[in-house]
Amino acid sequence: MKYYSYYPGCSNSDGGAKSYGSSTEAVAKALDVELHELEDWNCCGSTPFTGVNELGSLCVAARNLALAEKRGLDLVTPCSSCYIILARANLHMKESPKLGEKVNEALAAGGQKYNGTIKVRHILDVLANDVGYDAIKAKVKRDLAGLKVAPYYGCQVVRPGPGFDHPENPQSLERVIQSLGAEATPFPLRTRCCGGSLIVSEEDLALELIRKLLDNAASNGAECIVTVCPMCQTNLDVYQSRVNRKFKTKFNLPVLFFTQLMGVAFGTEDKALGLRSGIIPADRVLARYTRK
Amino acid sequence: MDTKVQSGNTLLEEICAMPGGEGIRLCIQCGTCTGSCPSADKWDFSVRQAIAMARAGNLEELLSSNSMWFCLSCYLCTVRCPRDVKPTEVMHAMECVAARHGLSTKRSSTPVMYKAFADCVKNNGRLHELGFMALFYQRKFFFLLRTNPLSALKMVTLVGMAPRGIGLFSHGRLGLRGAKIKGNKELKAIIKKAEELGGAL
Repeated sequence: MKYYSYYPGCSNSDGGAKSYGSSTEAVAKALDVELHELEDWNCCGSTPFTGVNELGSLCVAARNLALAEKRGLDLVTPCSSCYIILARANLHMKESPKLGEKVNEALAAGGQKYNGTIKVRHILDVLANDVGYDAIKAKVKRDLAGLKVAPYYGCQVVRPGPGFDHPENPQSLERVIQSLGAEATPFPLRTRCCGGSLIVSEEDLALELIRKLLDNAASNGAECIVTVCPMCQTNLDVYQSRVNRKFKTKFNLPVLFFTQLMGVAFGTEDKALGLRSGIIPADRVLARYTRK
Repeated sequence: MDTKVQSGNTLLEEICAMPGGEGIRLCIQCGTCTGSCPSADKWDFSVRQAIAMARAGNLEELLSSNSMWFCLSCYLCTVRCPRDVKPTEVMHAMECVAARHGLSTKRSSTPVMYKAFADCVKNNGRLHELGFMALFYQRKFFFLLRTNPLSALKMVTLVGMAPRGIGLFSHGRLGLRGAKIKGNKELKAIIKKAEELGGAL
């Protein structure tokens, strides 16, 4: 058994990506990974907060690190944005002790203190490196042979680093996909941006980026895309019809969380996987593996 | 002229005082950042230009432009910069300085969106997506009334958003009620204190 503190993040716990949270928890359980949810965690502030108040953004993130310090375990999150924001607070406080003091001065106003001892991890890192590809392979009940999957990393799981994989040419997601018996298709743009939260304020810009990604995945023969981030999933899935309308394209690519795909291979119960939460239905490509 | 240069220099000092902002002094103007940026063609002044303008003290013009607000935080420039400038952090530092001095752009609603997001987090401790979108669109409406009244009128119909809202709801992805944390009062006190302490260093 491996033990971690768990930070689900807003989207995965109660928002648009609940199925990422529930599938993460189910897959972790199957792999003997105990995720202990951080008590009373708050939103990490995400990218928007860093553009409003710099010190405030670090403090909002650091409160969670302070809470995690009470148990002392690595803090794991399935969200790439939470991952980078929490790790960023850690890094800035480490690089500048003076800044760390200032963050702690603010934290003290809420009865918290952070000593800088927590390591922030992404769930992909934990599953690929702590659990390992062989252990994943050993849990596979339904081999996903023949399924062509585009591995989409997005930005913040690999950058700015130094992280657990290469910032522009990572391999861990491909290896997870292969461990399930599926085929990871070539996907040159797999660490390019989906537009992130700018889909809300600058939709035209984001739609252009999404189109490029869908085109790159489809033209390399992918039947579906897997992501490691709730924002990426939302942009590629929810906005796919909008891309089709705007650019007169006919993309029809289901976008799954990588933990959902793992769950399908592990034979995890449907309720935890939430496969029906995708706007682009995944049944068409998964039917041959999910049939009882 | 003198006052402008001086205020430019003060703003530059403020940017340098932000975590990650100090990297601006290391830039050699090679342009790798702009060449790597997925949204470069949308910026009034590119990443490289923005850094040059900031160092030349031309900050009021820069901070009133749409530059920075098109930064996607994809960190591609940051991992490629040969001088370790961390342009992504520099852009966020510029955003915060612009926000602090009330310098705003009419050419992007990203600042309105960021502020709405941060306010939601401040109020509840967690982000309720529906509440955030409602607050953002409400504020965007007033932003458009000031900057582009015609599109504000178009927005009232909300027709463009309806299919996605219905789609999300029918797939169980639109929570109607937001969660609140127990330590909300403490979090508010932390944020308030951080705002009082101001700046970063």
